[in-house]
Amino acid sequence: MDLSGKKQQIWDELGKIVDPEIPVLSLVEMKVIRDVRIDEEVTVVFSPTFVGCPATSMMMGEIRTRLMALGYHNVRIETTFSPPWSTDLLDAATREKLRQFGVAPPPSSADDLTEALREPVACPACGSAQTEMESSFGSTLCRQIYFCKDCRQSFERFKPL
Amino acid sequence: MPIDFPSHLPRAAIEKLLLAMADDELILGHRDSEWTGHAPILEEDIAFSNIAQDEIGHSLVWFTLLQELTGQTPDEMGFERDWSNFTCCRFVAYPRGDFAYSVVRQFLFDEAEKVRLEALRHCPYAPMKEAAGKILREEAYHVMHCRGLIERLGKGTPESHERMHTAIDTAFPQALGMFEVLEEEEKLVEAGIFSGHTMLQAEWLKAIHPILTDATLSLPIERTDSRITVRCVPDAGGRRHSHTEHLKHLVDDLQQVYRSIPNTNW
Repeated sequence: MDLSGKKQQIWDELGKIVDPEIPVLSLVEMKVIRDVRIDEEVTVVFSPTFVGCPATSMMMGEIRTRLMALGYHNVRIETTFSPPWSTDLLDAATREKLRQFGVAPPPSSADDLTEALREPVACPACGSAQTEMESSFGSTLCRQIYFCKDCRQSFERFKPL
Repeated sequence: MPIDFPSHLPRAAIEKLLLAMADDELILGHRDSEWTGHAPILEEDIAFSNIAQDEIGHSLVWFTLLQELTGQTPDEMGFERDWSNFTCCRFVAYPRGDFAYSVVRQFLFDEAEKVRLEALRHCPYAPMKEAAGKILREEAYHVMHCRGLIERLGKGTPESHERMHTAIDTAFPQALGMFEVLEEEEKLVEAGIFSGHTMLQAEWLKAIHPILTDATLSLPIERTDSRITVRCVPDAGGRRHSHTEHLKHLVDDLQQVYRSIPNTNW
């Protein structure tokens, strides 16, 4: 296999690893994989969502295991904060998958957080805009709790970051 | 992993700053986690648990940068170090106390962290600058949450106001210990890493004063148009390893499981 074939193979494999807290999304869809480089070793450039997220070490372990199974024994995972991960990176298809999973997607831009949190949030179940934030923290670091006044259910929303 | 450290920057002084920040975050994160299952309302239980997880995550970022310079791993620093070698300020190690005290402490800490990170965002040491930018984005949630609580509890009922007031009287002199000048700090200022803790303290006071005033809470300070003068003695010493026994108990607790089965893979 030539270099670009190997790279593709690695990206495809990374696309099969799911986020343990959001099992409908892969690491590639989550945009936490910034780059893949191959020389004497394979370097996976990783950009964590929330740095305190306990799923990060699981993801890194899974990356090593999967690449090892493909025959890449020298795998280095390089963490980058430049630029920092942002929910703005998530594309439309990923946002729709989140919604179907029951988590309201983040706003299109999280640049100005105050502004982003003011934007109305549609209930992922019934689509109503009659919702309000219950808590800016939730069951995981990347979620917050909302309440839908129409279907009278609490739901979670991916925290703008 | 060894890195190419820019030779014109003060390496030892940068290590001291990284360690102070890492220790503050680790110890406060541990204290915050003590509210899990015990906070007065469910939302606050979740909030404090989230904040604890964030702070411990941030300590890991600083410990990882420190590892690049010293070779010591975050686990060695967190779980194998004697409590007397921590350089956190005393403020973060005090027991969680009344809920009002924990709210005030988190508010005062996060506002201080915000001014420090904003300064470090422009620092010439790239790994520190990038980490500061990342952490600052996450901290925005803490700042927003704490400001909201200060307002609600300050203006809430006579009881909530009174308890917040007592908490501020206790916490404020302790909080000044966050700005204790580090050893070799002048080298950091000279290299343009940041403007120093005395300047940060002034910026912090400028930020918190109007928020507390709006919430009908006051600080033991005197304010004229041009400057704010503090009217109490800072409870400092932590940066120079002068701690209270509270830190010893906390570190015992923090390290207990790790030390009970050394060299285990978790």
